[in-house]
Amino acid sequence: MKRHALATLAVVAGALCAARPASAQGVEARSRPSVATAADSALEAQTTAVASTLRCPVCQGESLQDSPSDLARQMRAVVRDKLRAGETPDEVRAYFVSKYGEWILLEPTMTGLNILLYFIPVLLVIGGLVLVAFLVRRWTAPESTTP
Amino acid sequence: MNWKRAAIAVLAAAPLIALFAYGFSRDPAEIPSPLPGHAAPEFTLAVFAPGEGPLMRPLGDTVRLGALVGKVVVVNFWASWCGPCRAEHAGLSETARQYVGKPVRFIGVLYNDGAAAASDWITQMGGQSYPAVMDLGSVTAIDYGVYGVPETYIVDASGRIAYKYVGPIPPSVLRQWIDSLLPNATATGMMPLAVVR
Repeated sequence: MKRHALATLAVVAGALCAARPASAQGVEARSRPSVATAADSALEAQTTAVASTLRCPVCQGESLQDSPSDLARQMRAVVRDKLRAGETPDEVRAYFVSKYGEWILLEPTMTGLNILLYFIPVLLVIGGLVLVAFLVRRWTAPESTTP
Repeated sequence: MNWKRAAIAVLAAAPLIALFAYGFSRDPAEIPSPLPGHAAPEFTLAVFAPGEGPLMRPLGDTVRLGALVGKVVVVNFWASWCGPCRAEHAGLSETARQYVGKPVRFIGVLYNDGAAAASDWITQMGGQSYPAVMDLGSVTAIDYGVYGVPETYIVDASGRIAYKYVGPIPPSVLRQWIDSLLPNATATGMMPLAVVR
């Protein structure tokens, strides 16, 4: 979540940087490199955001973004190329799902049986709390005295 | 004994035991591929190891999968640093020779490796009957959902991925799969044992 927020901030910051030189300075020659740099940083931020949601196929529970492996690096390059070509983050993720299956997503989508993955832990916690409450109540109940 | 309590305990434990049984019966390293049954991703890759005899392709020539429609194509991802690739190499090379003159083509796609190291490896292994191509940046490997080597894909005559095999592919499985995709008259005559995808 923190990384997503940072990535979103970076995209917004990148977009602001891209907009400022053109409007404030109005000097085309000077604004060009800034726009290019801002576009690059926005693309990098978007690549980071997408790569953070995809699993590295040759690692144990690491994302493409976090993994230092060759395959992860190459997959990040594919992510970057696809984003640069104008594909949306969802389209890029769909591409990897079509090649590696839903397994490639670090967070399963909330569709079909996957919904159970989100609700079963909550239900188990609620069930556990109810059980504990029931047992505590029984253990602390005053013993009935028979004459 | 309180049979009611015992029954509740067994009922509560059963789903957990079933879950563990399912988990232990699967290879955690295996990623189920969505590709079999779908069109094989197109590629055009340069030959760096030409192969031998009738299967030879000139160095620097490009292999385009789309140009092989009408033939069964065996696409094998491999690397010289991969131990299991060593185990399957002789079988693959020999099987490719057995299908000379038939509508079957073998292509070795190099994965995360250099042409020089791979060519040396082929020489050390006593040669390779079919050509090997270079996949820069593993773009084709990623397009095929490769997550390790060796991995072998069998593409049918219509350009659809029919089978995928993870690990060193046994020649008997390879022949069985190729034969299942060939018209009866052109197959090697091996009896298919079972069709596994």
